Amino acid sequence: METIIREGTPKTPYVRLDGENGLVEIKGRSIPENSVEFYKPIIDWLEKFGDEPAEETGVNIQLEYFNTSSSKCILDIFKRLELIHKKGNRVEINWYYEEDDEDMFEAGEDYQSIINIPFKMIEMEE
Amino acid sequence: MGFELKNWYTEKKQGEVVLEYNGSITSELISEALDSIENSLNLKNEKNRVRKKVYNVFVECLQNLYHHVDYPPLTAPVEQESNFGIIILSKDGTFYRISTGNFVKKEKLNYIKDRIDQVNSLSDEEVRMLYRDILSNEEFSDKGGGGLGMLDIVRKTGNKLEYYFYEFDDEYIFFSLDVYIS
Repeated sequence: METIIREGTPKTPYVRLDGENGLVEIKGRSIPENSVEFYKPIIDWLEKFGDEPAEETGVNIQLEYFNTSSSKCILDIFKRLELIHKKGNRVEINWYYEEDDEDMFEAGEDYQSIINIPFKMIEMEE
Repeated sequence: MGFELKNWYTEKKQGEVVLEYNGSITSELISEALDSIENSLNLKNEKNRVRKKVYNVFVECLQNLYHHVDYPPLTAPVEQESNFGIIILSKDGTFYRISTGNFVKKEKLNYIKDRIDQVNSLSDEEVRMLYRDILSNEEFSDKGGGGLGMLDIVRKTGNKLEYYFYEFDDEYIFFSLDVYIS
């Protein structure tokens, strides 16, 4: 599978999708006006990856903040991963948040409550 | 007395103005405005928690305008630009206040009012539950918001939305929204 790397911009996060190593990383901020357009290639990649997933997939989400239009797209990513997990492949989500960032912590809790995948909340010191 | 935009400005600019803008709300403008508030000393000196909250809520307010605003009425004392909106971020005492203003057709008044009143009527816990419910169940429109914007603002700020509708003429009202972050 093709590895996709996208550098971050002031409105969009750094993204790394590495099928061979079973790694999905999204870092930075996600506040594009048109989130669907930004996330579509990522969702498409995950769909293909789902046909032949790695034995283990590590997912690192380390967002500074994101807008509400991104929130649904992030959920779509998790739903794709949930399908992979349901088929018996190991998937683990690491949700990073800064120690005093209650908003990002709660956002992680939101997803954790909706998605059925092992979900680790990881506090980062400032 | 009719509505005076000048007076509205004066009221919203109380305190230290971090950013003020009126005109077309475009994607480029949102990037520039965010860049500008990120460089403001007021915010740089804030705790991480407050700073991020202000950025996040500020972007949500601007994108809310971006998705909904239209041309101002021809007689309005502003530039005739598409997607016309106003945003002011001020630090007023211990609060940051984000004020937005835009002209809307009268027939939209009830819709906006009902939406805000509903969000304002909820407890913190109800806001959280409704947010999760919409996030997990509802299809989003192309505009992407799916009604989460206002909820998100209330959730992050922990404060009710303050709004005013000023009659501008027979056809238009001026919709003013204030959000407080402390």
